Amino acid sequence: MAEKLLEVRKLTKRFDQAQILNGISFDVAQGEVVVVVGPSGCGKSTLLRCINGLERINSGEILLRGEVISGQTKNLHRIRQRIGMVFQSYDLFPHMNVMENLLLGPTKALGRTRDAVIPEAEAALKRVGLIEKRDALPRQLSGGQKQRVAIVRALLMHPEMLLLDEITAALDPEMVREVLGVVLDLARDGMTMLIVTHEMRFAEAVADRVLFLEGGNIVEEGAPREFFHSPRTDRARQFLESFDYEAK
Amino acid sequence: MQDLGIRVLFKGKNLVRLLGGLGVTLELSAASIALSIVLGLMLGMVMTLKNPLIRLLCRIHLEIIRIVPQLVLLFLCYFGLAKAFDIQISGETAAVLVFTYWGAGEMGDLVRGALTSIPRHQIESGQALGLTKLQIYRHILIPQTLRRLIPQSINLATRMIKTTSLVMLIGVIEVLKVGQQIIDASRYDSPGAAIWIYAVIFFLYFFICWPISLLARKLEARWQN
Repeated sequence: MAEKLLEVRKLTKRFDQAQILNGISFDVAQGEVVVVVGPSGCGKSTLLRCINGLERINSGEILLRGEVISGQTKNLHRIRQRIGMVFQSYDLFPHMNVMENLLLGPTKALGRTRDAVIPEAEAALKRVGLIEKRDALPRQLSGGQKQRVAIVRALLMHPEMLLLDEITAALDPEMVREVLGVVLDLARDGMTMLIVTHEMRFAEAVADRVLFLEGGNIVEEGAPREFFHSPRTDRARQFLESFDYEAK
Repeated sequence: MQDLGIRVLFKGKNLVRLLGGLGVTLELSAASIALSIVLGLMLGMVMTLKNPLIRLLCRIHLEIIRIVPQLVLLFLCYFGLAKAFDIQISGETAAVLVFTYWGAGEMGDLVRGALTSIPRHQIESGQALGLTKLQIYRHILIPQTLRRLIPQSINLATRMIKTTSLVMLIGVIEVLKVGQQIIDASRYDSPGAAIWIYAVIFFLYFFICWPISLLARKLEARWQN
């Protein structure tokens, strides 16, 4: 087994009285793609947000390469530089064109020069098929294009891992594919990722391991083949059947 | 024959005097607006803080500014300070103080509104990139806030320019006061002068405020997103 990149230990998170995460534990190995699925409201997004320090956790620990990163308040931005995150609502900065969006993190957070980052940014844009949009404003892009730019923006920080929070949920169906294609490419390149998604087919294709989250607990955990075709728990089976029904 | 009042305009140094008065108006306005923008930006950031005590104080402060007429503030500052604390300040200083106080308060509320109207996700995207709080303000929030602020703050600026006419009541000779002096001085020779003088003042104000509005429209068009 490869080195543990991320370790989550007995993580709990409450919002007021509501228990969102119930002391969950899991690891993500270097180069591994872990997909989190589960009914809405099961705490999937909260989990990602806790890892990136966007939410404070109530108890437990989160470790990145063996170093405790949870419970800090001071150097959160340093940790976030090491963990990239892409959101459902592809929040590009509307007042900057695509290239400026890409340059902001590397130049301001990492202190690199524009000249050093620009060739890299251009190469990355080429890779996702958006080089001709380098000077476009976000509002001139389609949802799928914006989301691809958002992924590139996160990647240019050279994060040790990437958190993807339902990145296709707000997209039209025909755009989902182009975005997921980019993610599959990243997986092939060995990018460590923790992905929350409702696209079960995609989950099966991209995942090394699946976590099924319900009611703030990891109810089932396993290889994608096994999970999607012969789930061990009734709850997972019911959850997966709800998708079958929709497909009919 | 009825004397045409327009002649008064060109008599002696009248036109130059009017323009001089306009200069005073502009100086007072420019100083107050510039200070209001700087202080308003800071105040606006403070107003977005979650601390209930700070919120309450800001709220009370804003209500006071909105409720008390600017003229009362001027009198309080100019005569009140002198009477109560024996602090003598010039009319111009009092004017800049009061208009800045008022302008910064109003501006602060505009900034607060603009800041809170920016989606939370913009902040989170910045955080996810590993930017510090300061960098998020500097590169993400403030540029977007400024764009959102343009229409209302221009409106506020033109309101401030016009409201500076009140300062003649504390003895500052600005464009309106100069106009009145000219009218008073020529009441005998050309009783019809008033309409002409006021017309000129109207156009003077118009030609200050109009380009500002134009600029605002242009910026708005360029920045809309």
